[in-house]
Formats: sequence, structure tokens, C-alpha cells
Amino acid sequence: MSTLILADHDNQTLGAATLVAVTAAMKLGGDVHVLVAGSGSGAVADAAAKVPGVDKVLHADDAAYAHALAENVAPLIDGLMSNYDNLLAPATTTGKNVLPRVAARLDVQQISEIISINDDGSFDRPTYAGNAIATVKSSDAKKVITVRGTAFEKAETEGGSAAIEAISGAGDSGTSSFVSSEIAESERPELTSAGIIVSGGRALQSGENFEKYIEPLADKLGAAVGASRAAVDAGYVPNDYQVGQTGKIVAPEIYIAIGISGAIQHLAGMKDSKTIIAINKDEDAPIFSVADYGLVADLYEAVPELTGKI
Amino acid sequence: MKILVPVKRVIDYNVKPRVKADQSGVDLANVKMSMNPFDEIAVEEAVRLKEAGTAAEIVVVSIGEQKAQETLRTGLAMGADRGILVVSENMPEPLAVAKILAKIAEEESPDLVILGKQAIDDDSNQVGQMLAALLGWAQGTFASKVEVAGDKVNVTREVDGGLETLALSTPAIITTDLRLNEPRYASLPNIMKAKKKPIDEKTPADYGVDTAPRLEVVKVTEPPKRQAGEIVPDVDTLVAKLKELGAVA
Ligand SMILES: Cc1cc2nc3c(=O)[nH]c(=O)nc-3n(C[C@H](O)[C@H](O)[C@H](O)COP(=O)(O)OP(=O)(O)OC[C@H]3O[C@@H](n4cnc5c(N)ncnc54)[C@H](O)[C@@H]3O)c2cc1C
Ligand SMILES: Nc1ncnc2c1ncn2[C@@H]1O[C@H](COP(=O)(O)O)[C@@H](O)[C@H]1O
Repeated sequence: MSTLILADHDNQTLGAATLVAVTAAMKLGGDVHVLVAGSGSGAVADAAAKVPGVDKVLHADDAAYAHALAENVAPLIDGLMSNYDNLLAPATTTGKNVLPRVAARLDVQQISEIISINDDGSFDRPTYAGNAIATVKSSDAKKVITVRGTAFEKAETEGGSAAIEAISGAGDSGTSSFVSSEIAESERPELTSAGIIVSGGRALQSGENFEKYIEPLADKLGAAVGASRAAVDAGYVPNDYQVGQTGKIVAPEIYIAIGISGAIQHLAGMKDSKTIIAINKDEDAPIFSVADYGLVADLYEAVPELTGKI
Repeated sequence: MKILVPVKRVIDYNVKPRVKADQSGVDLANVKMSMNPFDEIAVEEAVRLKEAGTAAEIVVVSIGEQKAQETLRTGLAMGADRGILVVSENMPEPLAVAKILAKIAEEESPDLVILGKQAIDDDSNQVGQMLAALLGWAQGTFASKVEVAGDKVNVTREVDGGLETLALSTPAIITTDLRLNEPRYASLPNIMKAKKKPIDEKTPADYGVDTAPRLEVVKVTEPPKRQAGEIVPDVDTLVAKLKELGAVA
């Protein structure tokens, strides 16, 4: 048995979600190799080689792989897959973009966002916004799988010493090119790895109120800031704050939902949090049915008071 | 330009899905079904390109049971020109859906195929990328902005850290994210007009695609239920709880 993992990275640091995929690959058993496809990405390959459990790092460094364009990366991967039984990637936007393109080229039905690997070779994956867990078994010769970031422990980042092998692929397919990006720079912890998340909903009414009510509380708690889709849609915060079925899936130690009703699409992204706290002025808000601690109050009074008292 | 828009008939997003007691799946009997919300956004984007004079024809396609015809009618009422219904009593998996769509794309030669980024029932997020692979076309997934410029299309994508813009050669595949646009409601006259628009009926066999599933669904279960906790009386109690949790000193 052997597994290839597509690493998630920004050419400088190895994305933490990759460590989750390493744990899942170790559960599958056999050799675990990590593919780092990037440009000027030596530090990422070095970091991957230090992850205990990784047996080898394949490093494809080429300008064509700088932005992980699926058109360029997919042929690189399926050229390697004759040596592997499984292909894994974390279910990040890069993993979700690239892996199905490889799966189709290999004529494999991908298994998306697994949350567990069972002893009988089956996998569990959430469907219907997490309201139904499907246990599936694949009859394909090879398995192509994305792994949900909250579902497995992260592998360690020190202690391993895998060999790094430089490889090359066909490079640029010529069908797509990178134009620009706007990546939000933030001092705050990243949503998907934060221990505490403070999220705001439509009730915040404006971006200014997010700054005035949500951020000071997050600052005091050292927390990441999240949001409901309604808050993102209304432009109060950027899109990468969205938690939910179609946004980010999070499972922090503490999730504080402020002025969020608790639609199933939002719950799908946060209901695996260890402790959920909700502040909402409507005592019948569905968020209270999943909250460990609920406060029925006007956020404009309760939140400043809370921030002041901690 | 010609645009192909695949639309899936799924459980309405306002309905809470119920797992069947025999663990065979989700109960869809007497449940409200609608067009997948991301596909509405895809149709809307195509219609806007047509209204802007960029697109000349919009073809909607649905694969599924006979009733998926209603979903196609919704697309036609929003402004698509004609439909293709591929009747299959069992819902094919994403790979088979992509294979059928690839055959249709070969026949229809669209300049763009706009799909949803994910179907809210299987939550797979695969078909667009698979279709792009089978056709060898460029892909712009999770689009929040689409700009056609000559024989290129610029797609702004929602990625984990923010936004990224790619330039794709056409023909190309686009999958929609929620903020791309706000889909319109079809007007009554347009719903009436849609009844007269043509829908071609096909089967997967017409396209030579084997839809036998590759994944066996062993069982479908309900996720562990979260117990509702306690309502705390005031902010002071909440502060005390945060202390217990070790979140504050
Ligand atoms: C295909 C699809 C995918 C979706 N994906 C997601 C997703 O990934 N994530 C997501 O979040 N949503 C998603 N949604 C949207 C979801 O259905 C809800 O519309 C959204 O989550 C609602 O956001 P909200 O709770 O902020 O707003 P609302 O539902 O409007 O709730 C606002 C809440 O604030 C409370 N409130 C108002 N004023 C105050 C006050 N002064 N003090 C305290 N409380 C107050 C109200 O009682 C109410 O409960 C999706 C929808 C669709 C169709
Ligand atoms: N049965 C189907 N018929 C038509 N389009 C589909 C079908 N299944 C999926 N699609 C399209 O593919 C997108 C992604 O679906 P999925 O990969 O299943 O999450 C959907 O938003 C639709 O645009």
C-alpha cells in the first residue's frame, strides 16, 4: 500500500491542513509520500520532510506550479499515480480544485471530505450539509480522497527526516494563467486552526460594528474572527471569514456565535466545535439548540459588557 | 457565444434532511425539491451574459429522474433557451455525470460551461473539475466574478486566504460560488413562455456512458446529536464559564 499526498502551501510554509492528510494517510497504512508542487518552494519541501510519518517528499519546482493551477498540476500528479494506490489532499480550496481533475483523468470516482477511515476499508463522509453521514466503499482500483481538516489530528512537524527527490512534469499546459490575488493579511490566528473563534452574523449590521463589537472581544480572547454568510454577503467582512457548509469547516475549542440564527448551512461548518456559546436576542433561535451556553440578550449591550469583564 | 448550464434537482435548501430509519439514505418522499442553489447562480450568470450581448444561446441540462424536467423549466423561465433532460432513475455519481456532460459538450460545442461549485445533497464539489479534465479545458472554480474578454475569460475565485483571479482560454469551465450574483425570480409571463421552450429527452445510453456506481453506500446515518446546553442568566455567568474553560484567566 502506498499513498501520495498533495501538499497545500503558499511556496513558503506548509499548510497545517496537510498535516491532517498525513495522519489520514498513516491510518491507511504503507508508504506515505508528499508531493510539493510549487515555485521557489524549497522551504515547503524541507518542512514536509520533517513531518514524522512521511517516507519521501517529491519536489516539483517550476514556475508553472507557482499558483497550483489545476491544468498544470493535475497532469503532474497522474503521471506519478502508477506508483501509488491512494491520492490524498486536504479539503482546502486547492485540494478541492485539483483532485477531481486528477480523479477524472484516472477514471476514479473521488471520495470528498472524508471524516473517518473504517477498518473494513470504508470511509465516512458528511452529506446534506452534515445532516447525513454516508459510509461508502470504493470499487475503484485506486482511491482519490480529500480529507476534512477537522476530522483527524495534525501530524507533528518535527522529528522526521524523509528524503527529498526533485522531479519534473510537463509544466505549463497553456490554457490558464494567474492574473492576481488579494490574500488578506491578518495578525489573527487562522480560522481553521484557531483555538477560539468569535463569529458575527447579520445582526452586526455593518463592517464598522464588526470592528467595534466583534474584534475587541476576539482580541481579548486571542481568537480568530468568523462570520455567517449573511454577514459576508452584506459586505461586513471578507469572503474568507465565512463558516459553514459552503465556507470553512471549523472545530475550535470554543466557538462564540454572536447575532447568528443558526441556519443548517451555518451549523454544518461549526457544530463539531468543542464548546459552543451563543449570544442572540431571540430565545427561539436555532443556534441555542446546539449551544452549550446561551445568553439571550441584545448583543450591543452584552458584547461590550463581556469584553469589559474578561 | 453559447453557454451550457448543468442544473441538478435537489432537496430544497430550506428543508431539514431526515435520515431514513433503515439507514438506506435520506427520505425524499413528499419533500420539496428545487434547483441546486449554486446552479441557479450559474443560470443567472449565463442569462446576464446573454442580456449583455455576450452570449447568444443558453442550454440547460439536467441528469436525473423524469421530474428533473421541472428544474429545467425553472432554468428556461429564468431565460435559458432550451433544455436537455437525461433520464436516469438512479442519480449517477459525479464522474458519470461529468462523462455525460462531456459528450453533450462535444455535441453542442459551447464556449463556456457554467456549473454550481457543489450540489447541496451529495456535497461532492467534483463535476465541474472532472468535466474540465475530460474535455482538457481550463477551469475557474468557486467564481465570484466572471469577465469575458475576447477569447479569454477572467475568473475571480474564492480561495481560502481571499481572492485569486485567473485568465482562462475558452472554451472553459466555470463553477459558481455564492457571491457571483443574486439569481432572479422568474416572472409569470416568463414561466408561461418557458412551457413552450423545447426540451430534448435522452438517456445515459444515448451517450454511451455506463452509470454503474463506483461507490457502494454501506449506510447513511445521522450525525451524533449535540445536546442543547444551558441558558445562562447574565454576562457574569458567561464570564465564569469562560474561566472554567480556561479561555480567560
Ligand atoms: C446554498 C447555500 C449555502 C449556504 N452556505 C452557508 C454557509 O456556508 N454559512 C452560513 O453561515 N450560511 C450559509 N447559507 C445561508 C444560511 O441559509 C443563512 O441565510 C445564514 O446563515 C444566516 O445568517 P445569520 O444567522 O447571520 O442571519 P439571520 O438568519 O438573519 O440571523 C440573525 C440573527 O441575529 C439575531 N439578532 C438580531 N439582532 C440582534 C441583536 N441586537 N442582538 C443579538 N441578536 C440579534 C436574530 O435573532 C437572528 O437570530 C447558505 C445558504 C444557501 C442557500
Ligand atoms: N445530475 C446532475 N444533473 C445536472 N447537473 C449536475 C448533476 N449533478 C451535478 N451537476 C452539476 O455539477 C455541479 C457540482 O455537483 P457535485 O460535484 O455533485 O457537487 C452542480 O452544481 C451542477 O451544476
